[in-house]
Amino acid sequence: MPNIKELTDLTTQVRRDIIRMVHKVNSGHPGGSLGCAEFFVSLYQELLETKEGFNMDGIGEDLFFLSNGHISPVYYSVLARSGYFPVEELNTFRLLDSRLQGHPTTHEGLPGIRIASGSLGQGMSVAIGAAQAKKLNNDNHLIYSLHGDGELQEGQNWEAIMYASAKKVDNLISTIDLNKQQIDGSTDDVLPMGSLRAKFEAFGWTVLDIEKGNDIEAILKGMAKAKSLTGKGKPVCVLLHTVMGNGIDFMMHTHAWHGKAPNDEQLAIGLAQNPETLGDY
Amino acid sequence: MKTYTYTEKKDTRSGFGAGLAELGRTNPNVVALCADLIGSLKMNEFIDENPERFFQIGIAEANMMGIAAGLTIGGKIPFTGTFANFSTGRVYDQIRQSIAYSGKNVKICASHAGLTLGEDGATHQILEDIGLMKMLPGMVVINPCDYNQTKAATIAIADYDGPVYLRFGRPSVPIFTPADQKFEIGKAIKFTEGTDVTIVATGHLVWEALEASKVLNEAGISAEVINIHTIKPLDNKAILDSVAKTGCIVTAEEHNFLGGLGESVARVLALHHPTPQEFVATNDTFGESGTPVQLMDKYGLNSDAIIKAVLKVIKRK
Ligand SMILES: Cc1ncc(C[n+]2csc(CCOP(=O)(O)OP(=O)(O)O)c2C)c(N)n1
Ligand SMILES: [Mg+2]
Repeated sequence: MPNIKELTDLTTQVRRDIIRMVHKVNSGHPGGSLGCAEFFVSLYQELLETKEGFNMDGIGEDLFFLSNGHISPVYYSVLARSGYFPVEELNTFRLLDSRLQGHPTTHEGLPGIRIASGSLGQGMSVAIGAAQAKKLNNDNHLIYSLHGDGELQEGQNWEAIMYASAKKVDNLISTIDLNKQQIDGSTDDVLPMGSLRAKFEAFGWTVLDIEKGNDIEAILKGMAKAKSLTGKGKPVCVLLHTVMGNGIDFMMHTHAWHGKAPNDEQLAIGLAQNPETLGDY
Repeated sequence: MKTYTYTEKKDTRSGFGAGLAELGRTNPNVVALCADLIGSLKMNEFIDENPERFFQIGIAEANMMGIAAGLTIGGKIPFTGTFANFSTGRVYDQIRQSIAYSGKNVKICASHAGLTLGEDGATHQILEDIGLMKMLPGMVVINPCDYNQTKAATIAIADYDGPVYLRFGRPSVPIFTPADQKFEIGKAIKFTEGTDVTIVATGHLVWEALEASKVLNEAGISAEVINIHTIKPLDNKAILDSVAKTGCIVTAEEHNFLGGLGESVARVLALHHPTPQEFVATNDTFGESGTPVQLMDKYGLNSDAIIKAVLKVIKRK
């Protein structure tokens, strides 16, 4: 049984990491990162079946691909706190000569990263390719991927979505960070996308909603369900209803913090709302 | 030697925003499109004043290029706005077929070009865009050097009938060209007269070239600094006239040496007047995260790098 208290404490620490990282370099993307903290913690602490160490080919393990690469702060924090690299390295985020590039990259060799992302809309295709490689290898582990909701406006996603069901890529769970925000406003202001459920279903996917996307228990339950739906001839889409900026009151429910760093005062408020648990890096 | 100073710094993308706003007031056929980066492209003023002539495309750059091509067919003059990477590499075939090959009057306006995009890192820092765009038949490629020149260029390209790639950047940089300038596509601007070496520069490197020329001048080296804001069509005559006098040349740009301004200049020289040349450009590499100043230093794209290149090329005469 997962220890929810431990996972919650870790999530609080991850939130501290996120805002401290972006504050230090006065750049980066806190909003989407905060909204996905519970998801990443659940993924790396409970869901992914992985082996010790990092191996690019990931044979015999579950793999995760982050398509919306701008939320690198939450990715890096959770990777570090899951043992992929020293937690102190979070100090180097976005600095010259760092392995923690603004957007995730394989170029600098950071353990845990298998593909560059940052230019939106490319990750699902990569995840599908990795899923098909698993099938060729008779490896029955799963591929997980995460995508922004605004990111779904990129047409390549819909090529990938169409392909995945046509080719019965049923070892894939693609999660959408449904925070309803993007850069220029809410997704409804920028480009209303209607029912994503109806769209994915029309494209032949199995779809399930996790309504409480910032509740660890709800995520674990929902993702267990998603896993049970794999291997049945269809790719699986999880619509994860999250709150952008979650856990820091003035950052919540707004696109304003998509890609803006807090100043000293705002950092202090954010940290006070998330007291240290495991220790700052 | 004529020297240049500045009192104010501004980002070139704001020059684009100001130029676009002015076009909104003066040219009813100008329309603007953006792919979820209104603030970064400084398009707010145009949008506030002309909401009916603005199209928010969402995060869908390929669709944006196609829609822009279509809008020209109704006589509109579309200005697309997104980062340079997503304005070129992301949508290359859409531009190639629907805009360049079809001869459509689209202005592809690209911000955050090059390393000076900074902390976002290599996924966003395109150093190949000049090459990509200049290889397209009929495409005009412009990389202005400061706020005023970017504003003037934005206004000028609306009067030119044909596809244009306008490249500008994110950081605040010195304003050293006049506010009331008239921008002439394809016409180089000579900033300093010199006899020992020609420095041709584009974009953010023009100011660096002027800084370099001051230091060189003190060391007794007379540098002729030429601003090539239009990489295509290139002002061959300005380059050839200058090297006829100086006998050597340094090219400087925030771009890979492969495909950049330097290569275009090298071709002109090879055909008409073989001349020793050094390239201040990135060396077949991706960028990385860092501050703009750190990156320009690490990748050798500043006045120091230009000075080194000058000292080297002069010896090769
Ligand atoms: C191809 C591409 N176009 C534009 C951008 C700039 N950009 C970065 S994040 C973003 C908004 C993404 O919205 P969403 O996927 O909903 O992420 P959220 O804001 O919720 O974190 C945009 C337009 C990009 N990185 N890549
Ligand atoms: Mg979103």
